[in-house]
Amino acid sequence: MNALISTALSGVVLMFVGLLVRNKQHIKFFAIAAIIIAFIANLAQYPSVALGSFTMYGMIEVSKFSVLFNAVALGATLLYFLLSGREMVKVGEHVGDYYALIFFILAGISLASSFSNLLMLFLSIEIMSIPQYILAGADRKSLKSNEASLKYFLMGSFSTGILLMGITLIYGAAGTFNIAELGLGTDPVHPLALCGIILMVFAFSFKVSAVPFHFWTPDVYDGSPTVFTAFMATVVKAGAFVAFLRMFHVSFAGGAISGHWTLILSIITAATLIIGNFSAVFQQSVKRMLAYSSIAQAGFMLFAVVAMNTLATQGIILYAAAYSIATIGIFAVLLKLKDYTFEGFNGLARKQPLLALAVTIFLFSLAGIPVSAGFFAKYFVLAAAIQHGHLLWLVIIGVLCAAISVYYYFRVIIAMYFKQGDPEVEEVSGGFKITLIAVIALVILLGLFPNLLISFL
Amino acid sequence: MLTVLLILIPFVAGLIAFGLKGSGPKVLGMISSLATLVAAIAAACTFHASPAKLSLVADWIPQLGSQFRVGMDGMGVMLCLLTAAAFLLVFITIWNRSYEKPNSFYGLMLLSQAGLTGVFTAYDALQFYIFWELALIPVYFLCSLWGGEKRIAVTFKFFVYTFLGSLLMLVGIIYLYFQTPDHSFSWTAFTSLPLSLGDQKWLFWLFFVAFAIKMPVFPFHTWQPDTYEQSPTPVTMILSGVMVKMGLFGVLRWLMPVLPQGVAMWGDVAIVLSLIGIIYASCIAMVQSDIKRLIAYSSIAHIGLMCAAIFAHNEQSTQGVLLQMFNHGINIIGLWIIVEIIQNRLGVKNMDQLGGIARKAPRMAIFLVIISLANIGLPLTNGFIGEFLMFSGLFQYNHWFMAFAGLGIILSAVYTLNMIQKVIFGEGNELTDKTTDLQPGEAVALSLIVILILVLGVYPQPMLDLVSKTF
Repeated sequence: MNALISTALSGVVLMFVGLLVRNKQHIKFFAIAAIIIAFIANLAQYPSVALGSFTMYGMIEVSKFSVLFNAVALGATLLYFLLSGREMVKVGEHVGDYYALIFFILAGISLASSFSNLLMLFLSIEIMSIPQYILAGADRKSLKSNEASLKYFLMGSFSTGILLMGITLIYGAAGTFNIAELGLGTDPVHPLALCGIILMVFAFSFKVSAVPFHFWTPDVYDGSPTVFTAFMATVVKAGAFVAFLRMFHVSFAGGAISGHWTLILSIITAATLIIGNFSAVFQQSVKRMLAYSSIAQAGFMLFAVVAMNTLATQGIILYAAAYSIATIGIFAVLLKLKDYTFEGFNGLARKQPLLALAVTIFLFSLAGIPVSAGFFAKYFVLAAAIQHGHLLWLVIIGVLCAAISVYYYFRVIIAMYFKQGDPEVEEVSGGFKITLIAVIALVILLGLFPNLLISFL
Repeated sequence: MLTVLLILIPFVAGLIAFGLKGSGPKVLGMISSLATLVAAIAAACTFHASPAKLSLVADWIPQLGSQFRVGMDGMGVMLCLLTAAAFLLVFITIWNRSYEKPNSFYGLMLLSQAGLTGVFTAYDALQFYIFWELALIPVYFLCSLWGGEKRIAVTFKFFVYTFLGSLLMLVGIIYLYFQTPDHSFSWTAFTSLPLSLGDQKWLFWLFFVAFAIKMPVFPFHTWQPDTYEQSPTPVTMILSGVMVKMGLFGVLRWLMPVLPQGVAMWGDVAIVLSLIGIIYASCIAMVQSDIKRLIAYSSIAHIGLMCAAIFAHNEQSTQGVLLQMFNHGINIIGLWIIVEIIQNRLGVKNMDQLGGIARKAPRMAIFLVIISLANIGLPLTNGFIGEFLMFSGLFQYNHWFMAFAGLGIILSAVYTLNMIQKVIFGEGNELTDKTTDLQPGEAVALSLIVILILVLGVYPQPMLDLVSKTF
C-alpha cells in the first residue's frame, strides 16, 4: 500500500522535477531519493502485516508477500538507477519523464503484487504496460526504437484485450470480481470459467514472454534503448510474473480446476525453456542473447506458477531478485561498451578486470552455479516442481536446458578472459565501481544465505 | 574444528594469493599447502583417538533444513591426506617454473583445493553439491587460461559435461530431500530412508551419471583425454590425482548407502560399463604416441577397475578400492611430474621424438621406472596390494568379470613398458641429448613419491587400518 502511494506520487513529482531542474544529470539524484523513500515506506509496512494480511475495500490485499516482493522490485530499481541512471541522458532530453514513467510502472508492479480484485489486476497490468510502450520508443530518432514501440503497443494491447475477455468470462461464471471468492474449484467446472482461464493463461504468457507468445520479445528488447531494456527485461517481467502467480495461486489452485490448466501451462513452460535456450545459443549480439535468455529464465519462473506451493512462492521472490540483480548488472556493463556483439567483450578482463569479474559472477548467477543468488533461485523453483510430484519430466527438461544455458553465458566469459582484444570501454566512475562491488557482494550473500530474503515470508 | 580448518586454510590463502605480486603467491601456496598437510595429519591422529571430534554441525539455512555439517570417516581422512599431499607435491614440482599471472594461478589452485576438501568432508547433501560445483570452477579457469592450443573448446566441453551431470544429481538430491520425514539434507537422514524399489531404480541413474562423468566411466569419458592433454600439467595432476576420486567418493559415500537396492539392481551394468572402459582405454593407450594422452587413457583403465570393484560390493573389493584411491593418486601424480619435466626441458610430448633419456638423466629414468611399475601394480609397490584386493573381491563376485579386468592389467603392462622403452631407452637424438637431469624441487617431490610407493608397498597396514574405518 505504502509502495503504491509513494511510487505514484514520486512519478508525479518527478515530472515536475524534469521541468524545473536544468542539469539533466541531477534529476537522477531526485529519482534515487524518491526510490529510497519508497523502499523505506514499503518496509515500514512490514510490521503491520507480519502477523497477517489485511484487505482494503476488497480491492487490495497487503500481505507479507506483497511487501517483500515490492521491496525486491524497489531495491532492484534502486540498483538500476545507481548503475545505469547516467545513461538515460543519452536517449533523449526528457529525462524527468523517463524517471516518472518508471515510477508509474513501479506503481503498477506494487498493485500487481497485492490486487485482490480482477479489476485491480487489469489496472495493474495496464499501468505496467503503457509506460513501457513509451519507454520502448523513447529514442524518437531511431527507426528501430520506433518499430519496437509500435510492435510492443500493438501486441500488448491485443493481449490486454484477451486478458479482459478472460476476466469477463470468469466474472460471468463466478458472479464476482473478488479473486478469493471466485469459488471455481468445485466440480463440474463451469465452461465459461474454463474458457476464461485459458484466455488468461494466454494473456499472461504474452506478458511474461512465454513461448509461443514470445515473438515480440527479442525485437522489442533489441530495438528499445538499451538502458530501458535493462528495466523492462527484469523488474517489469518479475512484476508480470507476480501477477500471474498471485492470480493462479489464489483463484485457480486446488480442486478440480487446477487440473485443467496445469497441463497446458506445463507444455508452455517446456516450450519456453527449449525454444528460449536454443535460440539464445545462436545469437551474435549479447543484447539479443540476453533477450532470449530472459525468455529462457521466464521458463524457470513458470515452474513456480505451475507448482503452486509454498516453495514456489519463496522461489518466485528469490528468482525475481536473483534474475533482476544479475541482468541489471550485465546491462550496466553492456552500456559501457561500444560493441554489443560477443567479440565486443574480447579482452575485457585485461582492460577492466572489475567489470569482467562482475559480469562473470552475474552470469554464474544466471546459469545457476552455486554460491551465487541464482543457484538458490533455481533450487527453489526446481524443488517446488519436484514437490508437486507430477512434474518430474518438466524438471528434467529444465535441468537439460540449464546445461544448455551454460553454453551461451560462458561464451561471454570466454570472450572476456580467454580471447585477445581491445574493447572500447567508456570511462567508468568510482561510484559505479563501488556500486558494482556492492552488487557482487549482494549476489554472493544471497547465494550463501538465501534465508536473508525468504525468512521474511 | 580441524575439518573446517582443512577447508579454510586453502580458501583464505587462495583469496589472499590473488592480491599478491612476484613470488608472493608461490611462497604462500607452499606455506598454505604445508599447513594443510600438517592439519590433515593432525586430523588423521585425532581420528585414531576420537573420531567424533572431527565433526561439526552448524545452522546454515534453517528454512530448508540444510546444515553446515562436516565430518570424516576413514575414507574422508584418507582423501584429505591425499588432497593435501597432492597439492604439496604439485607446488614443490613447479617451484622453479614461472607462470603468467602467478597470483591468479596459485589463487585458483588453492581455491580448488578448498573445494575438493569440502567435497570429501561434507555430510550434508546440499553442501556436498555446492562444494562439488565449487571445485570445478577454479579448474575450469585454470585449464582455459594456462592450457594448450585447443584449451577453450576442450575445457568448455569438460565443464558442460560435468555441469549437466551434477544438475541431474541435484534433482536426485531434492527428490530424496522430500522423502525424508523431517525434510533434512543430512547424510544420516538420507541413508536411513526406506525407499521403494521403483524409486531407487531411476534415482540410481541420476546419481550414477554425475559420478560416472567425473570418474570417468565409459561411455561418459570423452571429455577426459582431451582435457588432460590440453590442461597445464600441474592442473592435470590435480584432475587425475584427486578430482577423479570425487566420482569414486560420491559412489561410496552417497550412492551405495542411500540407494542399496538400486545399486544391487544396476551394479552389474555399472561393472560391465567399467570393464568395457578398461579394455577400450587400454587398447587406445597402446597405440598412443602422445605421452599425455597415453597416461590419460591408462587413468581411465585404472579408474574403471576401481569402479568395477566398488560395485562388486564386498569387504575385500571395497578395501582395495579405498587403498587404491590413495595409491593411484600418488602414482599418477608421479607420472605427471615426469611428463611435466620432459615437456619443460624438451617442449615435446610425442614419444616418437623421445628416447635415450636414461643416458642423459639417469635419476629421472630411475624414478620413471619405479613409478611406472607401481602404476601397473608390481608386488612390493603400493599399487600391488590395492589391485590384489580388488581382483580378489571381483573374483568372489563373478569369475568372468575378474577375467576381463585382469586382461586390463596385462594390457597396462604392455603400454607402460612400451612407454618406458620409448622414452628413456633406445637411441637418443639431437633433441633428447640436451636433456638435463632433475632439479632439486623435482627431485624432492619424486623422492617423496617413491618413498611413499615403497613404504606403502611393503607395509600397507596403517593405511588399511585407516580405510577399514569407513562406514
